[in-house]
Amino acid sequence: MTPPIRCAELAKRYADVVAVAGLDLTVNARECFGLLGPNGAGKTTTIEILEGLTAPDQGEVEILGMAWTGGASTRALRERLGIQLQDTQLADKLTVEETVRLFRSFYRASHSVEEVLGLVGLEEKRTAWVGKLSGGQKQRLAVACALVSRPELLFLDEPTTGLDPQSRRQLWDVIGRFRAAGGTVLLTTHYMEEAERLCDRVAIMDHGKIIALGTPRSLIASLGAEHVVEFALADGATRAPNPSELAALPGVRAVRAGLDRTALTVAEVHRAVPALLGLLERRGAELSLLATHHATLEDVFVSLTGRQLRDA
Amino acid sequence: MRDHPLVQLTLARMREFYREPEAIFWVFGFPIVLAFALGIAFRNRGPGELRVAVLRGAGDGAVAAVLARAPGLTAAVLDSGEARLQLRTGRVALLVVPGDPVVYRYDSTRTESRLARLEADAVVQRARGRADPARVADQRVTEPGSRYIDFLIPGLLGMNLMGSGLWGVGFSVVQARTKKLLKRFMATPMRRSHYLLSFILSRLVFLFLEVAALVGFGWWVFHVGVRGSFAAVAFITVLGALSFAGLGMLVASRARTIEAVSGLMNLVMLPMWILSGTFFSYARFPDVLHPFVKALPLTALNDALRAVMIDGSRLSELGAPLGIVTAWGVVSFVVALQIFRWR
Repeated sequence: MTPPIRCAELAKRYADVVAVAGLDLTVNARECFGLLGPNGAGKTTTIEILEGLTAPDQGEVEILGMAWTGGASTRALRERLGIQLQDTQLADKLTVEETVRLFRSFYRASHSVEEVLGLVGLEEKRTAWVGKLSGGQKQRLAVACALVSRPELLFLDEPTTGLDPQSRRQLWDVIGRFRAAGGTVLLTTHYMEEAERLCDRVAIMDHGKIIALGTPRSLIASLGAEHVVEFALADGATRAPNPSELAALPGVRAVRAGLDRTALTVAEVHRAVPALLGLLERRGAELSLLATHHATLEDVFVSLTGRQLRDA
Repeated sequence: MRDHPLVQLTLARMREFYREPEAIFWVFGFPIVLAFALGIAFRNRGPGELRVAVLRGAGDGAVAAVLARAPGLTAAVLDSGEARLQLRTGRVALLVVPGDPVVYRYDSTRTESRLARLEADAVVQRARGRADPARVADQRVTEPGSRYIDFLIPGLLGMNLMGSGLWGVGFSVVQARTKKLLKRFMATPMRRSHYLLSFILSRLVFLFLEVAALVGFGWWVFHVGVRGSFAAVAFITVLGALSFAGLGMLVASRARTIEAVSGLMNLVMLPMWILSGTFFSYARFPDVLHPFVKALPLTALNDALRAVMIDGSRLSELGAPLGIVTAWGVVSFVVALQIFRWR
């Protein structure tokens, strides 16, 4: 069976920046695949090339076994896709129902307006003007317009950026229902939590390239440890232990000194933390912060690039 | 049928328009307000009463009494300084100095002053005993068709077709482009021709209302009639609307921002507001400019509308202006399609 998305050696440069620098990707049927990365990593350019909206400078793209060749075959392919773009503003003066009906009219096979509003939970806003909707409702409407064609493959570009936690969870439910019905999803996000929660596999992008690819679990496991311990000292760096001392502590796999805190990647918290406290006490250093959390994709990104994801 | 993309796109266009109160005013209200104001300001009321002054001095009372007999004049006796001031500032058309000879002081380049002199002289001469040898009778006519408002209504119609065509199409297209809605449509199987056609169709629906409102108003308030056939007026307005929709498409074909398209629109429309004979005849411009002025689409449209509404011409006599209107529309549309930025 052909994978819904396959691309090879994709590259695209704009006047002064390389947006995509040689990218290979295969997304399997019924998979939810996440493209992660900081702003400017090339996620949107990549997804728009796959959607046939941007022509790549080089490389091959195959969507549902077809290429973007223009004309009738492109239109036939578009019938089978659902697309939500990052920055589309739907017409403010149309109602929710009118907007869905408009998008519905472009497709041969489609959900009824009732069905699709049910899918995204906007039945009660049916007669409201788009301009009066909240951010989360607008975003669900954008997804409704993508789902109205009963797509096999759904593209979502930062579907939850800027939404409050509740709206975000509502959208996750929408995506979950689409997958349960057998659909394939490619989404971009810079929320690691979202990727871990929704995606079967993720590709971490930086500077137009994929720097890590796998299931969220396997990427986190690649850190060699499941926990991260972060600490900071009250009196700054004067009495701070040096990195090699920290790395020698039991259970510690990696040490990263940041500006205001130091992070240890740790396999066994119950051995590493008492050892760390002992070391600091011997030095006479006083803690101003001590926190532990399960390692996340964020930690994977930081360990690969040395930068934080959100401000990278 | 209802779910045909062309129908849905056209409905969306129309809804976005009629849910915007400002747009309604500029398309329907403004031309009517303009027609009303100009129709009132420039109504045909003739020259009215002309004020003349008599210089204070010997015999002033008798001269003033004689002048008061003239139907079109009112006379006032003024001191020398005041009389000269009023004459200079045009508040009196003529200054009569009693005596022998009777002296008329006036500015011979002013139509009113020459008229006042003729009327004043007639009553003065008759008072001294002149008899009019010929019997005459006046017949007064005020014919619809020759008034300013008759000239104005077809011009406003043409200007409105230009404005709503350019703004209606150009503004919506650029707005859809800046909001990335155009790009979103490109991500669906929508046909580009349907998108562009929806503008034309919604223009035609509103066109009917625009024309009916303005022509109906002119007829109701000022008794401006249509001397030619209504079918000819309908044909010309449809042609004009399509032509300006094409021009609007061209203006909007590349612009990425509302500011850019607004500037372009004004650049296109401003010369035509001034040159194309909407408010006054372009015959007032020097002859060398006429070929250029006549080649403008609004000039051609206004000429054709006036020919039908005022002179009662048939369409078959209007080949030249209608050809110009059509050519502008077709060329604009074809070029717009070639260079249109779809995202």
